Amino acid sequence: MTDTHSPTLDAKIPEGPIQQRWDEHKFHTNLVNPANKRKYEIIVIGTGLAGASAAASFGELGYNVKVFTYNDSARRAHSIAAQGGINAAKNYPNDGDSIYRLFYDTVKGGDFRSRESNVYRLAQVSNEIIDQTTAQGVPFAREYGGLLDNRSFGGAQVSRTFYARGQTGQQLLLGAYQALSRQVNEGPVEVFTRSEMLEVVVKDDRAVGVIVRDLVTGEISAHSAHAVVLATGGYSNVYFLSTNAMNCNATAAWRAHRKGALFANPCFTQIHPTCIPASDEHQSKLTLMSESLRNDGRIWVPANADDSRAPNDIPEDERDYYLERQYPAFGNLVPRDVASRAAMRMIDQNRGIGPLKNGVYLDFNEAISRLGRDKIEERYGNLFEMYERITDEDPYVVPMRIYPAPHYTMGGLWVDYNLMTTIPGLYAIGEANFSDHGANRLGASALMQGLADGYFVLPYTIGDYLSDWLNTEPVATDDEAFTQAMAQVNEREERFLSINGTRSVDYFHRRLGHLMIEHCGLARSREGLEKAISEIRALRDEFWKDLKVLGTSESLNQSLERAGRVADFLELAELMCIDALEREESCGGHFRLEHQTEDGEAQRDDVDFSFVSAWEWINSNTSQTLHKEPLEFEYVPPSQRSYK
Amino acid sequence: MDLTLKVWRQANQDSEGEFKTYQAQNVSPDASFLEMLDEVNEHLNDQGEEPIAFDSDCREGICGACGVMVNGFPHGPQDGTATCQLHMRKFEDGDAITIEPWRATAFPVIRDLVVDRTPFDKIIQAGGYISINTGAARDANIIPVPKESADASMDAASCIGCAACVAACPNSAANLFTAAKMQQLNLLPQGNPERYTRAVAMVETMEEYFGSCTNHGECESACPKNISIDFIAMMNKDYVKAQFKNFERDAQIKGK
Repeated sequence: MTDTHSPTLDAKIPEGPIQQRWDEHKFHTNLVNPANKRKYEIIVIGTGLAGASAAASFGELGYNVKVFTYNDSARRAHSIAAQGGINAAKNYPNDGDSIYRLFYDTVKGGDFRSRESNVYRLAQVSNEIIDQTTAQGVPFAREYGGLLDNRSFGGAQVSRTFYARGQTGQQLLLGAYQALSRQVNEGPVEVFTRSEMLEVVVKDDRAVGVIVRDLVTGEISAHSAHAVVLATGGYSNVYFLSTNAMNCNATAAWRAHRKGALFANPCFTQIHPTCIPASDEHQSKLTLMSESLRNDGRIWVPANADDSRAPNDIPEDERDYYLERQYPAFGNLVPRDVASRAAMRMIDQNRGIGPLKNGVYLDFNEAISRLGRDKIEERYGNLFEMYERITDEDPYVVPMRIYPAPHYTMGGLWVDYNLMTTIPGLYAIGEANFSDHGANRLGASALMQGLADGYFVLPYTIGDYLSDWLNTEPVATDDEAFTQAMAQVNEREERFLSINGTRSVDYFHRRLGHLMIEHCGLARSREGLEKAISEIRALRDEFWKDLKVLGTSESLNQSLERAGRVADFLELAELMCIDALEREESCGGHFRLEHQTEDGEAQRDDVDFSFVSAWEWINSNTSQTLHKEPLEFEYVPPSQRSYK
Repeated sequence: MDLTLKVWRQANQDSEGEFKTYQAQNVSPDASFLEMLDEVNEHLNDQGEEPIAFDSDCREGICGACGVMVNGFPHGPQDGTATCQLHMRKFEDGDAITIEPWRATAFPVIRDLVVDRTPFDKIIQAGGYISINTGAARDANIIPVPKESADASMDAASCIGCAACVAACPNSAANLFTAAKMQQLNLLPQGNPERYTRAVAMVETMEEYFGSCTNHGECESACPKNISIDFIAMMNKDYVKAQFKNFERDAQIKGK
């Protein structure tokens, strides 16, 4: 079903020249005066870059904040694993960067499927993020003069990426975690660790609280607030094997979706080109090798199919540096979707390398002879060590083997310019929302967006909603809305424990992952997606009949935790395929085999598909209704993306 | 590879734990240590025995969630490697492997191999930060930081908070963890205004929960990020100097 005239999709985009929209909007936004802020309760779910930075900033402003994380400490959130860096339009290297250029590159990199106004705001606040995090003591890389160093990332022809060795995400996350810890110490923020949100509570069409499970005791508790913020990350783990952490899941977003929040562009997923290829079927996750490696590494495959010689035995003229050949302007630094698809084409031509013929080489020999081993070690030492630990091969000598792997999801909960979902009072920030990256995210932009939302956008925009609720108490947790939601959570847990089937949670998760990567991964087709949808439905039935979860709900039970997450993935996966089927075009990470140019690039259809798909849950997965938010491009006219 | 595992099983914080022996068969040398445990758990689940609980998240050696004692060594035998990055090729076919949780009074066992490391958060909350509100910062390049200081700060900042240092220490001291965060901040000009108050707050909170350092150096060799105990010496220096500081008087002088 399609409803093109939905009254629910008012994106609240300000008018006027794009350079002034954010300032104008802030000026016209209702404020909560400093003395009144302490009368409000805000719940934040998740402590990654977006959640921790938002919660810390709320605390500084004077709001009362409750923060929940399923990890044992707020410091573990998966933002910590981001390696390469964070973009900002500082133009310190004097190479022609500007806010406008960062905006332009991001809209283009997203293949014209993001909102111009949001992206412009993101580029505007990018510089403040660097100032803020530097002041927090994030030890960014510096030059000998003591000033900040930059490097390049895919999809850009300027050096605008700030970094802290190969651990930029770790350092930015710890900075936000420390800001959060300071607010815990000062009082306004309370952090609940090992606590997983399992339901959003909605009363009178607005979000009033959450239901949470204490993962140690199993206790289910209700928490109410004036507003709820979901900062719960993406859903790449729907593929089972991805670069996400083991516990990353879609449950918070999916539960919100089932309560009425529209889910936008679920089929926009990013398959990152530089991951270590899987070695065997027991592998639990894939490890990313930072995109920054493409600054100095050269990607190649043997020129001839089925060449099984060791890489260093293949002479220079029998190698195909296919990115440099096909995309001379950007070379090895083309955006991720382009690099991943190019690798896929090479592997399809039987030119893949490694024991399973499932990789391509990322070679540093030329860079080592040009710059010396010390320089390469300084830039990428920890990444090289990690690679060697996993593969038992020395990348200083033997070229790295890399392969595309699910990494990031551009889709997520639909939000307006204020970052509010279609449920009033419920916000989604960071990877959990959909707004800024369109159909493909550029490298080093996830950290930028998470911190932009948390430090510099939501702390302003949330006041606009809260000001309407001045001097009201949060809904009492013995209200029927809460008791009903608690009953739902309890009932679901009992159901998992009483199926008493024969298969573990991981068994189903692995099978779902295989289905998704095959039919809704790098390449998609009508036939494959239709097949996937029927197989996902069958798998879901089997899951609810044959799942085996041991133990009880009154203790730490990791199988029970995973059962809930996989049950939600089994529903989300279907919506991803439905969305991919509906979108009869190729754009960014969404590549429909039916829609490609002669040389195999994504073929967009701007006439029919220049919109955001926002799906509404109506009673069941099979009756999801599509709403469309039209996209307008006033500043960056859509064009066939060219990185040649 | 076929292995014999002796694993600590404990139902909850209040119950008595015990070692149980399991066989791990046909283990791939390319599997990580935690993937080997995943496999064992699949078999246990099939046989109707509850899987072994252990913490793990990123499996890239950066989040610090995982960590067990492997044959008495925190994170196992490989230098500079967290448990999730340890691979089975470091073991021999037929090996017997003992797997235990971190052992420290400050870290009660929650279940099996899972412990409660909340005291680490308390140390950071006491002062492991620079007090700056969102929006108050000036341009990032206004204060140049010598590259050497930034690099040394980054060395300290690479701590992942896994608590192997505490598990390795005969006194269950947390000095390496505390010093790493404190010196990351104290080595930078941005961290200087709170240098001595930070030293006092963090050390005193640390001492509420943990034992005292007697310079064994076990923490450094157990650290998966090879963080140097030099940072402990620097912390001690800051802490001792803080004892001779008259903070109120300093504030008055600076106020003039």
